[in-house]
Amino acid sequence: MTAPTLATGERGRGGNEGRGIRGGSDAAPRRSRTLGRRLQRPGAWFALPAAALLAIFFAYPLVTSLWQSFFATSGGVSSWVGLEQYARLFSDPLIAKSLFNAGLILIVQVPLMIGLAVGLAYLLNQSWLRFRSGFRLLTFLPAVTTLVAYAVVFRVMLATDGGAVNQMLGLVGVSPVDWLNNEWWARVALVAAITWRWTGYNMVIILAGLQAIPGELYEAARIDGAGRWQIFTKIVIPQLRPVLIFTTVTSTIGALQLFDENWILTEGGPNDATLTPVLYLYKVGFRQFDFGYASAIAWMLVVITAIIAIVQFRIMREKP
Amino acid sequence: MTATSALTSVNPEARGARESRPTGFRPALARGILRLPVYLLLAVASVFSVLPFLWMVIASTHSTPELFGTPLPVLPGDQLWENLARLQESVNFSQVMLNSLGIAVVYTVFSAVVSVMAGYGLATYRFRGRGVLLGVVLVTMMIPMQVLLVPLFQMMASAGWIDSYQAVILPFLANAFGIFLMRQSFLDFPVTLIEAARIDGAGELRTFYRIVLPVARPQLAALVIYTFISQWNAFIWPLLMLNTEDRYTVPVALNTMIGMSRVDYSGLMLGSLLATLPLMLLFLVFQKQFVSGLMGGAVKG
Repeated sequence: MTAPTLATGERGRGGNEGRGIRGGSDAAPRRSRTLGRRLQRPGAWFALPAAALLAIFFAYPLVTSLWQSFFATSGGVSSWVGLEQYARLFSDPLIAKSLFNAGLILIVQVPLMIGLAVGLAYLLNQSWLRFRSGFRLLTFLPAVTTLVAYAVVFRVMLATDGGAVNQMLGLVGVSPVDWLNNEWWARVALVAAITWRWTGYNMVIILAGLQAIPGELYEAARIDGAGRWQIFTKIVIPQLRPVLIFTTVTSTIGALQLFDENWILTEGGPNDATLTPVLYLYKVGFRQFDFGYASAIAWMLVVITAIIAIVQFRIMREKP
Repeated sequence: MTATSALTSVNPEARGARESRPTGFRPALARGILRLPVYLLLAVASVFSVLPFLWMVIASTHSTPELFGTPLPVLPGDQLWENLARLQESVNFSQVMLNSLGIAVVYTVFSAVVSVMAGYGLATYRFRGRGVLLGVVLVTMMIPMQVLLVPLFQMMASAGWIDSYQAVILPFLANAFGIFLMRQSFLDFPVTLIEAARIDGAGELRTFYRIVLPVARPQLAALVIYTFISQWNAFIWPLLMLNTEDRYTVPVALNTMIGMSRVDYSGLMLGSLLATLPLMLLFLVFQKQFVSGLMGGAVKG
């Protein structure tokens, strides 16, 4: 769905003219050698492994999951309950809380991170800048860390008693913060950790977008007497639009599907302050083994993701 | 092109900028003062980016009391081997690293083969079910994989595969993003060359292997790196599948260490460092492919 943004920049569109011919036939009838005969439909053979895997490990479980969401299991017996599991979603305070938390990350963390990434990318794209490659490498470094590993490091750094962060804050006279055991500080910690890990990653994508802006645009704006700020708001930002939509949507879906970071940092606590829909799904499905309800939560995720995708599609289509 | 060179290349903006900059009184000095805040900002950003990383390295060479002692250690200590020994003793970390490496390599190889084949088939031939397959691939990219957790778990349980490597590897072998990426790169391949190879008497497989595949090498390299990283990072599925310590992958082992009654913090830091090292190495050696792989990964959403 989002492929065009980068695809066009990454690999040129050269071979489209070949497309028409390709459709034609598989050229197998042209020869009568044994291999050719055996591979009557070579395309199908090439695609077979993927098709089989997708059927077994994607299509089948997907349908099963939908089917299961209409059942409830108690005492080892499954019974049809219709839409009851879905009705539960609306009255479950933990669903509300997990969506609230995801929404909070969405409203606070995503803009913060995209803003930082745009600013960084813009500065790192200035030609007069010395040590440009060095700065780029250093700010990209967090994106090279293993997900669970960086979350572990943050967990240790954020320890209340003697943790590195509290000790550093102590140097400037701030008293120890109970990062991971206070509802709001835990959210702050989670937002800080995710922002640390993903800003450099988004910076690189935006940097690629910046480098794709034709130089003549700047030239023309300058001749028309545009200042630095005007160029930034009138040329750079509009030109970055597709990239910005792309990074925002990716981050939004990432926030919705967050699991690794909040599981390692707080296990969704304290008092479910960092519970996200996927973490809740994990707890319902694999702690309480309530498969029916877990499937309903899963389908709630599908619906929300689909809505985001549609909104993105709409925004992408209308030209500014 | 632009994507792969993002980390190192120069932008077009600058070229015009230098010529048209107004030259006022002592422009160099004034410019320098104006630019100072930019350098300051970037320095701060760099320090923030590096500090947790640096702390991980330093912390993995100290004992746990030293990690939480005042003042904080700022230089490497001498506890590296002790930490390593404890790490090995508590979660058999060398085995865990081997597991992660083996799973990631096997997964990457098979997943790449599947993606390349399907991508080529979809791009080059017309066959029955092609449209359906393409549709399914696109849908896969938009559906959160978490939907599959429960039913896949049940499938693996009824196959008796819980706690096996194949249970970790198999379900996600057909990677929609990979198939799509390879299809796109094969679409660009001139069909006349394929025809020519056929006329010269090359079989389907030979044409594919000798003529078409070499052209898609850059995309394949990016895909391989991306796939390896995603499997190396994979957490929730291995967490569900593996329950014997000797079969754990690195993220699962780190998760177990956090849950222990007496947490070995310096061991955890060393474990995190070792978990990150392979990705660091990969990045240093294959910087270009790494970045474009990550960006491709971003397309997956």
